Amino acid sequence: MFKILQKTFSVGTATVDYPSIAPRLAEQFRGCPEFDFAAWSDARPAANACPTGAIAVCDRDGVRQVTVDYGRCIFCGECAEASLDGAVRMTQRFELAATDRRDLVLFAEYTLHPDGSHAELQSATSGPGAEIPGKRIAAAIHNLLGRSLSIRQVDAGSCNGCEQEIVALNNPVHDIERFGIHFVASPRHADMLLVTGPVTRNMELALRKTWAATPDPKVVVAVGACGISGGIFGTNYASLGGVDAAIPVDVYIPGCPPRPEALLHGILLALGQVRQRMSSHPRG
Amino acid sequence: MKTFSKELRERFPKQVLTVEESVSGQVTVLLNSSDATVITRHFLTERQARLVTVFAEDRVKAEGVFYNYYVFDQLGDPSWVILKAPISQDHPSFPSLAAELPSVNWQEREIQDWFGLEAAGHPNPRRVALHDNWPDVHPLRKDFPLDTVLPAFEGERHVYRPTLGEGVFQIPVGPVHAGIIEPGHFNFAVAGEPILYLQLRMFYTHKGTEKLFENLPIPRAVFLAESISGDSAFSHGAAFCQAIERAAEIEVPQRAQFMRAILLELERIANHIGDAGAIANDVGFVIANAHAGRVRELVLGLNETLTGSRVLRGMVAIGGVRRDWQRDQIEAIEKTLAVVEREFRDLTAILQSSNSTRERLERTGILRPEKAAMLGVVGVAGRASGVDLDVRRDHPYEAYRHLPFRVPVYQAGDVRHRLQVRIDEVGESLQIIRAAVAQLPEGSHRAPQQPIPPGRCALSAVEGWRGEIVHWVRTGEDNRLERCKVKDPSINNWPAIVETMEGNIVADFPVINKSFNLSYSGTDR
Repeated sequence: MFKILQKTFSVGTATVDYPSIAPRLAEQFRGCPEFDFAAWSDARPAANACPTGAIAVCDRDGVRQVTVDYGRCIFCGECAEASLDGAVRMTQRFELAATDRRDLVLFAEYTLHPDGSHAELQSATSGPGAEIPGKRIAAAIHNLLGRSLSIRQVDAGSCNGCEQEIVALNNPVHDIERFGIHFVASPRHADMLLVTGPVTRNMELALRKTWAATPDPKVVVAVGACGISGGIFGTNYASLGGVDAAIPVDVYIPGCPPRPEALLHGILLALGQVRQRMSSHPRG
Repeated sequence: MKTFSKELRERFPKQVLTVEESVSGQVTVLLNSSDATVITRHFLTERQARLVTVFAEDRVKAEGVFYNYYVFDQLGDPSWVILKAPISQDHPSFPSLAAELPSVNWQEREIQDWFGLEAAGHPNPRRVALHDNWPDVHPLRKDFPLDTVLPAFEGERHVYRPTLGEGVFQIPVGPVHAGIIEPGHFNFAVAGEPILYLQLRMFYTHKGTEKLFENLPIPRAVFLAESISGDSAFSHGAAFCQAIERAAEIEVPQRAQFMRAILLELERIANHIGDAGAIANDVGFVIANAHAGRVRELVLGLNETLTGSRVLRGMVAIGGVRRDWQRDQIEAIEKTLAVVEREFRDLTAILQSSNSTRERLERTGILRPEKAAMLGVVGVAGRASGVDLDVRRDHPYEAYRHLPFRVPVYQAGDVRHRLQVRIDEVGESLQIIRAAVAQLPEGSHRAPQQPIPPGRCALSAVEGWRGEIVHWVRTGEDNRLERCKVKDPSINNWPAIVETMEGNIVADFPVINKSFNLSYSGTDR
């Protein structure tokens, strides 16, 4: 017993102060790619290299539509490597959670040279904005600490990558309980379902039942590229794709897997949704 | 190797049709389908070989037949022997070995489900991979398109053996579990607290992975391999790349081989530390889990420095690794490991300091060595039950032939010893990494990229942190695959959990299960 206490005191505080303080990232950490649409001379090499189809090109009548879907992106960096013009660059951004699936998708339209490279940028949407910056979330949480949030995690077919990082949220370094957020053993005790995907044919019913067993008001958070879109698995004979193919989703957290801070960012974003629903749909 | 094929031809002049040795370290023997059983028996009894995996392939369009493959590992021989037995379309059936060799029970039923080939004489021929409410489809047949839309499921999911008798009850658990773990169904039959028997239902996370491999360009398929089992992303990725490299005869630069070995060991260390904490947690020793979680974070931080990803994704590539290391990254390895080693030693001391914890772990969930051998249990769980196997030593790959280490083996087979194997292996892995860093050669980190020639087959095996991972590939036209068979160690080890239940109580199931910590996704694919 003495040894255990001694060890614990000698360690001191292990917990990081995210989101108040930005996390310490390795210089090599890969966040999402960033696209300089105006400087992009050809989207095809990146689209060919993308393992999940997050970058797609569609040429029609001498016009190219380019779609970039952060909901499919696994942050692998292949697009940046394939685009020799430097218009695609890996960043360290990971706070990408969004309440609207469409906010994760960028579009650009180009006229084309005869060789298929881009002639002129016609239109483009700007990059995804983090919906609530870290510090404002922290303030919102402090206002909310009067209540706590209970999460039931559901693996609807994941590879277990996202689960690893969700488990890490509970270690002393990320310590999600400091926000009054905790993981519970039953959907009947939960305010939030944190769901990883892709939703398999064999898990669809279990997911629907879990959702039905969760009392209102409830929010659903889809985690990771597979939870958002099916990721590299997409839709096939055994996979329905993203979580919203089976149940309604309130917040989407990109990543493969999302690092614990990215998960926390998305969960805190969803907490805002819970608060809204609590006021319009009081329990009891 | 010449002597082996000569010997086999002399012994079985009628049965052995051809012997092919184009990939070094692998011998593929073509047989008549009816002879597979007799030669398998010869391997198992006279050669003390172990049947590593059995799987099928649809070659109807190309050659007019299906094939079954039986992969053997012979004691003391670094070569793999692959028996290849054709199965005709007109008589889509093969003789089952499951009655005498329980280790192939699930794998033969997978072949039934995926390919519609009957395992004739199987003692329990029910579906395993496709749940009972699936229509009559065989997804790995070539005439079944990946994106087939199946009707919504209905009807009975799975019928469990009934539990009858006064005071005897059934406890159904899952597929959605109480913890943050993967989905599967456990059906306990209990008499009071003691467990009478356990029935398992897996394959809830089946997501068409092997079929999807046949539909992706090979460079993209590397990322799919990383998503077979998320806690073994690097091991599965490396096993896949190695299979392609062997098939295409790509020479992986020395530096990359050492880098891969370092990353494989980091994956092992991170998972073993996590498991040590989780095992303690499941017997209520929460503080040990807290320390383990903290120490594990140190390793994940190092992973990020070395690969850009906490879980080692996006690093392994056909022909080597995607990114080279600079001096400061290499220096970070020893700096971090020195702290990890000290912290892990303290954690081990804490784990061992608690008598009540030891009480819960000792003699809990015993897997006897003879059962482990019979079920073909591999990896950590096997080594805790006397199964002295380690791919790194028995079939050296990457840089392992230059890196000395000890393989811990115990006979007790309880939770305590599955934990002890992990503790020992963390120490060994630290030494492997240090030796690899000291010997890290200069030079290229990746062979030049080249198109992969079609029609090549190769097997590859990697000792993932959980155990033996096997990939087998046949390359196709246009840089694609005709077939990719994936065998995660979990497929061997799940049935062993059932065997450990006898005499245990329901309250000990979580810690027994955690001491195996098998992959659901790796099993279900």
